[in-house]
Amino acid sequence: MIPLAFDYARPDTLDDAIALLAEKGEDASVLAGGHSLIPVMKVRLGAPEFLIDIGRLSELSCITLDEAAGEVAVGAGTKHRDVVDSELLAAEVPLLPAVARTVGDPQIRARGTLGGTLAHADPAADLPAAALALDATVVLQGPRGKRTVPIGEFYTGVFSTVREPDELIVEVRFPRSGDKGWAYEKFTRRSNDWAIVAVAVSDDRIGLVNMGSTALRATATEQALAEGRSIAEAASLAAEGTEPPSDTHGTPAYRTHLVQVLTRRALETSRGGR
Amino acid sequence: MSILGTRVVRTEDPVFLTRGATYTDDLTDERLTGALHLTLVRSPLAHATITSIDTSAALDSPGVVAVVTGADLDIAPALLFPGANKAMTRPFLATDRVRFVGEPVAAVLTEEFYQGEDAAELVDVEYEPLPVVIDPLAAANDETLLFPEAGTNTAAAYGHDSEPDADFFAGCEVVVTRDLVNQRLAAAPLETRAASAFWEGDHLTVYMSNQNAQGGRDEVAGWLGLDKDKVRVILPDVGGGFGAKIGSDPEFALVAWLARQQGRPVRWNESRSENMTGMVQGRAQRQTVTIGGSRDGRVTHYRLDVVQDLGAYPRLGTFLPMFTRMMAPGTYDIANVDSRARAVVTNTTSIAAYRGAGRPEATAAVERAMDLFAAEIGMDPAQVRRLNVVAPEKFPFQTKGGVEYDSGEYAKALDLALAESGYERLRAEQKARRERGDVRQLGIGVSSYVEITGGGAYAEDASVQVHPDGTVTVLTGTSPHGQGHATAWAMLASEQLGIAIDKITVRHGDTDLVPRGGGTMGSRSLQTGGVAVHQASGELVDLAKQRAAELLEASVDDLELDPANAAITVAGVPGKSVTLAELASREELKVDTTWDGQKPTFPFGAHVCVVEVDTESGKVTVERIVAVDDAGPILNPLLCDGQRHGGIAQGIAQALLEEVMYDEEGQPLTGTFADYGIPSAAELPSFDLVEMTTPTPVNPMGYKGIGEAGTIGSTPATQSAVIDALSHLGVTHIDMPLTPLRVWEAIQEASK
Amino acid sequence: MKVEITVNGERTSADVEPRQLLAHYVRDTVGLKATNIGCDTTSCGACTVLLDGEAVKSCTVLSVQADQQSVTTMEGLDGAGDGRPEHPVTKAFHAEHGLQCGFCTPGMVMSAVSLISHDSDLDERKVREGLEGNLCRCTGYHNIVRAVLVAAGKDPDAEQKAEAESDALRTAPGFSRGEAGA
Repeated sequence: MIPLAFDYARPDTLDDAIALLAEKGEDASVLAGGHSLIPVMKVRLGAPEFLIDIGRLSELSCITLDEAAGEVAVGAGTKHRDVVDSELLAAEVPLLPAVARTVGDPQIRARGTLGGTLAHADPAADLPAAALALDATVVLQGPRGKRTVPIGEFYTGVFSTVREPDELIVEVRFPRSGDKGWAYEKFTRRSNDWAIVAVAVSDDRIGLVNMGSTALRATATEQALAEGRSIAEAASLAAEGTEPPSDTHGTPAYRTHLVQVLTRRALETSRGGR
Repeated sequence: MSILGTRVVRTEDPVFLTRGATYTDDLTDERLTGALHLTLVRSPLAHATITSIDTSAALDSPGVVAVVTGADLDIAPALLFPGANKAMTRPFLATDRVRFVGEPVAAVLTEEFYQGEDAAELVDVEYEPLPVVIDPLAAANDETLLFPEAGTNTAAAYGHDSEPDADFFAGCEVVVTRDLVNQRLAAAPLETRAASAFWEGDHLTVYMSNQNAQGGRDEVAGWLGLDKDKVRVILPDVGGGFGAKIGSDPEFALVAWLARQQGRPVRWNESRSENMTGMVQGRAQRQTVTIGGSRDGRVTHYRLDVVQDLGAYPRLGTFLPMFTRMMAPGTYDIANVDSRARAVVTNTTSIAAYRGAGRPEATAAVERAMDLFAAEIGMDPAQVRRLNVVAPEKFPFQTKGGVEYDSGEYAKALDLALAESGYERLRAEQKARRERGDVRQLGIGVSSYVEITGGGAYAEDASVQVHPDGTVTVLTGTSPHGQGHATAWAMLASEQLGIAIDKITVRHGDTDLVPRGGGTMGSRSLQTGGVAVHQASGELVDLAKQRAAELLEASVDDLELDPANAAITVAGVPGKSVTLAELASREELKVDTTWDGQKPTFPFGAHVCVVEVDTESGKVTVERIVAVDDAGPILNPLLCDGQRHGGIAQGIAQALLEEVMYDEEGQPLTGTFADYGIPSAAELPSFDLVEMTTPTPVNPMGYKGIGEAGTIGSTPATQSAVIDALSHLGVTHIDMPLTPLRVWEAIQEASK
Repeated sequence: MKVEITVNGERTSADVEPRQLLAHYVRDTVGLKATNIGCDTTSCGACTVLLDGEAVKSCTVLSVQADQQSVTTMEGLDGAGDGRPEHPVTKAFHAEHGLQCGFCTPGMVMSAVSLISHDSDLDERKVREGLEGNLCRCTGYHNIVRAVLVAAGKDPDAEQKAEAESDALRTAPGFSRGEAGA
């Protein structure tokens, strides 16, 4: 299967890309690694008329420590593989490479990007929930300049975000969390399947995968922990406020159960020995 | 030392590992130059009448040469399985009615392959939806008919001529009954279906991805109304089949018809998404087992009722219940066996053979019944099996399934598998985990199986020719698609001729070269085609001796083969010899022969599967599988083990992962590889294979088939292991596949 | 659109539709047919090639994305031009019977080449997880895993034994694909 025909451009600079995106408007889609977009186009569920390829903009592909802000800035075009291999991230934001390691398979990790998966906004994707647990900030850039959006305000629904059609994610900023406990519990049938449910924990923040129309926080569990309740008690609240989907892999009842088990295990791991 | 029984690496591989094999879509035959590309418009609905088809927009699309609909065809709808209800024919393009999602409705021919998909989207077909029937048990009620002119959805019935005996189980102390699902599976060979065709005058050549060139030729010729000798079918390298590439597909004949109509060659290669609805699927049985016996563990009565889902158009699936009934009692010596089956059409993809084809279904049923019986009387399931298997002294054993088992040592296979697994230690570990309430419970599943190979097609031709340069050509009517016949058949010829395998070329899959042949299916190749090659090679040596007798002025009785030199020599007279090559340079040195074993063989074995089940999440991990698979003497352990490995993986996949699913409207829910659960390396362990060798008297080599054994033994062992892990929680049965969801739900249900 | 792609060390160029998939560039534009396409959903990995040295699924890369980059297919490995599987990976696949029908093989081989280049100390578990993006329907992976271990300089018998023993004694928490932290 092959995509419908489209036009294509590969701007040399970020500014050129943003200018082109402003010009083409909603007819254009941004192509980074293409591992969300191209599959959708091949089955013809999406048919953009114009692709703007930002996959080789080196200014979007870097991982740097911002000591002053206490954050690690990851360029939106950074490939999952580079996130996995980053020693800086392993030390400063260890949950992120651990979660990126579970995305797809090695070939997919070699092409897919952090910005791409966050922008695609698939509720079954791993990294949006990790970003929630890590309290990340999304940096968007468009013809009106840059703006930052806390990840908790970024998602508006299935495959939808507050990103305007003429904006790009250029960077994602993660507070340093190297001294905090973390864990990622991903439940799949096969190794490279999408998560049936997954739970990302960094310190006292918990992100849930595939428990609603967007990545979610387990706020009731977080609250219970803050009140000093036990892990088991807190984990039993993990499904509160969620609307888990139903598909061939799981009923809402099953996901409601699973998220509690996985949250408990993730908390036991992240708080083990602390 | 004999080459037979040694680990010879494949002669096929150097090409496969460098420039790659040549599959149908890779062909560069110049007679296909300028071929049109076929794209099929397929029905998006499971059951509907077609009210109109508008092709005008598609015809205006770039590169479109023609758009053909059923109204344009002059070939009659075909009955795809001769024994099915005669009204259940399939048109080559649907005309008035569609009966499953994916049924071809129109054919778009374009200059370039990329243009076809664009144009196909523009063919405007209007449908009037009809009621849909997906469940075979509902279909059997005939409320919604797929073929109103047939007046029934039943395409074939077996053993239904008399009512079941209501008192069948009357004398039994214990009777257990259970409904089972042997779910629908996709064969999913990595190479999808592909064909290309061209005409030279009134002579047709079709390339196709298939398991049997000769059968494919006969079907294409029959459907198109051509003489067989006007049709040549060639199989290039074939990227897996697993039963789903037996016989021609209607699409292949359509490719040939379109090539004639257009006066140009035509190529077709389906996408995976098309393949997941268009290619035949397998299994798809609903079963009811009832087992009866005494509390001391003796099983005396067994009944199996089968409803076979055929999909929309009856194909080889119509035959599957016959194998299932034949093998119903499995390895067990059960005095009273009763079975019946009904095969019904539904608004789904057609069912045909998939690795095992009727036997895995029989084995899964009887093994599940044995477990249920064991649980009911509180006896170890391995012990119940040991008590009931056919004793070795009873062979040849006339079964209540109506066949004669040739040879077997079923208890020995079982004991070997149990010993290798460390069964007692595993049971102790299981007990310990149960006592401490471990979240991760251990389950041990045991299966004992026997199957039938080479069933139905016992004869095969072979031709062996020695050339003047000392090379050899072997022709065979068997047809590999990964099994390694080129290596294996060369070994058989080499053994007889004393000519090294690298000088032996094995050719197959071309009806001009090999006009007769049964192809490769039902694990038949070695015991038919392989034995034929063995026989032909022996006959060739006899022929060479006759020729040499004159040359060497010796009596034939005094001649022998000198295998070191591939020569005929006079016994005890050094230097007095003539090579096979020299003989071939004088006169063609070639033998054509037919081997007919006249009977099938019955390989058997036992598997033990060990799983861990996460009782909180329902997730199953296969820790270990021990497989004893006895198929008689082994020609090449490397190839044999490869067959076992692949079979075991597919068998575990049926137990745990794979199922073709539809929603109530007949829309496929598993239409891509993202949804359908083929395991990767990460979901499987390495496999523990144990050797055992019991020859068959059916052929001089003692060979039985090994292609499907792994699949047949591993599925019930794996299913049993998961249920065993949860039996202390009150779980007595879970239908396949045992997904985390199903396992978790079973635990919830049992704890109520 | 004009693209220039180095394929197995040879410079190639062509005017292609932007929508052309790299798999079709390799197969149809360049005419190298080893690389196969087995699915539509980036699942099976039969189309795996190296793009600038990294294993990628060429059915999910546009030819235009690979412009000015370098592609390696199985035909580009040592000995392939002479029909001799002399690369450590192809050699091991031959010796260990790591292929049957051969359809997944070119992609599986390229994934293995990439896996070995990224990890100098592979074991059975790492090989199995490293090949998660490549489906094989014939071999059950048993001999593929052995072949990759051999190509990585390991003793496959010892590695399989170690893995079997570690499974029996596994104490890691849960079966979800948890990543331990803290």
